[in-house]
Amino acid sequence: MRTIRIGSGAGYSGDRIEPAVELAEKGDIQYLVFECLGERTVALAQQARMKNPELGYDRLLEERLRAVLPICAAKGIKIVTNMGAANPEGAAKKAAEIARSLGFSSLKIAAIVGDDVLDACKEVDFPIMEFDGTIKQLGNRLLSANAYLGAEPMTDALRGGADIVITGRASDPALFLAPMIHAFGWSMDDWNLLGQGTVAGHLLECAGQITGGYFADPGCKDIPDLARLGFPIGEVGEDGSLIVTKVAGSGGAVTAQTCKEQLLYEVHDPTQYLQPDVVADFSQVRVEEIGPDRVHVSGGRGSKRTGTLKVSIGYLDGFIGEGQISYAGPGALARGKLALEIVRQRLKLTGVATSELRFDLIGVDSLHGERVSAHAAEPYEVRVRVTGRTENLREAVRIGNEVETLYTNGPAAGGGAWKSARDVVAVASVLLPRELASPQVLFFGSVA
Amino acid sequence: MKLREIAHSRTGDKGNTSNISVIAYEARHYALLLRAVTSERVKAHFAGVVEGDVVRYELPNISALNFVMTGTLGGGVTRSLALDAHGKSLSSALLDLEVGASSDHE
Repeated sequence: MRTIRIGSGAGYSGDRIEPAVELAEKGDIQYLVFECLGERTVALAQQARMKNPELGYDRLLEERLRAVLPICAAKGIKIVTNMGAANPEGAAKKAAEIARSLGFSSLKIAAIVGDDVLDACKEVDFPIMEFDGTIKQLGNRLLSANAYLGAEPMTDALRGGADIVITGRASDPALFLAPMIHAFGWSMDDWNLLGQGTVAGHLLECAGQITGGYFADPGCKDIPDLARLGFPIGEVGEDGSLIVTKVAGSGGAVTAQTCKEQLLYEVHDPTQYLQPDVVADFSQVRVEEIGPDRVHVSGGRGSKRTGTLKVSIGYLDGFIGEGQISYAGPGALARGKLALEIVRQRLKLTGVATSELRFDLIGVDSLHGERVSAHAAEPYEVRVRVTGRTENLREAVRIGNEVETLYTNGPAAGGGAWKSARDVVAVASVLLPRELASPQVLFFGSVA
Repeated sequence: MKLREIAHSRTGDKGNTSNISVIAYEARHYALLLRAVTSERVKAHFAGVVEGDVVRYELPNISALNFVMTGTLGGGVTRSLALDAHGKSLSSALLDLEVGASSDHE
């Protein structure tokens, strides 16, 4: 049976680079995938592109490509990534320039465009899934609308001979599904194969989260050598069979436990994992350790894809102001509570206009709230944190100021005050009839 | 006995919804999970955190439960005022749940 090995070189935009180099050098892989596009990243990238039309792609594109391209080009490893963000074409041109500068003159780079569906969304108007409202009602606060594209355009790019495939918004598992469809010639209506391929993509897309990252809990769940955490490799057969593994000698571990945790990560109904290419069913998946750092994953299924694509919209959502200050030693908790009460009153007395306020004691109740944290022992130190939502930057700044003034106007011995005020780019979703998105593949050569 | 002794857990986020997996270390403890870790108990455990519903999905093949909790992330990860906007730390709180004793035949 034919198999391919796909390496997962990044699980988010800022991820470590050295594990990807290790995968390219020692992973015996044919494909290296970089998933770098968070929910909000496209909207932020769109803002960057509005300021400079050349930009809007991932800021680490150059650093990542320079690190892995010499090895990938020498070994014929194909790169698939969503580092195109809001400007896949610009990213592909940049990649071609990087390839040339490294002395590679015959690489083919593909950009997938067409995920940007802002115009279609504005024209037709669609209801927002997360709250009552429509796209039109967001008016000029709307920044971006990008459809989660499926594997097909990426598959077309690979079939066209691309060495590097750069997309904008695409479903994360599809970045992995595309090499499988391309290598094995899977039919786009073989739902069970696409479902099992989606299981593979879903397991691999967060990189280190399946090799022991986001997992260790000393004494309960120990993971060796996290400092050198290696990234995963999916060994996929043409029948969809999957073995998850990693480079021998790298840090971390691939176990049934790490695979099970990642299988359910960000999953709601496991029988209905909605993807652009398939509705995947994770509910019958089985996980079996077959060797050291080798886990066999089977049982992924699928059914026919839906008629819509999920579209992530980015919009301006006011401002957030924040301030923090610390108290320590005997009585720290009481002083922290007093500080919060002072700020609560002062924000009222000085008339700071907020639509939502939050008062936390970091070290006490900031993560799980007062009720869940009620029985915890008193800590040695606490950090006061006040945040609020405002309509404009001026009001947001005033929140941090009212925390900072605690230095000379608050309880004894407050230290390390810090403040911030920022605009908020939020994301929400709409469903777009599939036919309203028309993805295209553009090819660029690295010929000088 | 605390849930942490028999199960591990991971939190994920989508919009204003958090999901928490609860996975038995050993298949024989799955029955105890089914009995002791109900949607109602999870919702009560997260009083003041979960504003919406808690729905439980069962995955017997991997001895796991998946809890989907709406109205949990301060209006959504991208606009939340919370320090842990993703709610990534929630799984640790759930593992503190008391699940009672495990009988030998389980």
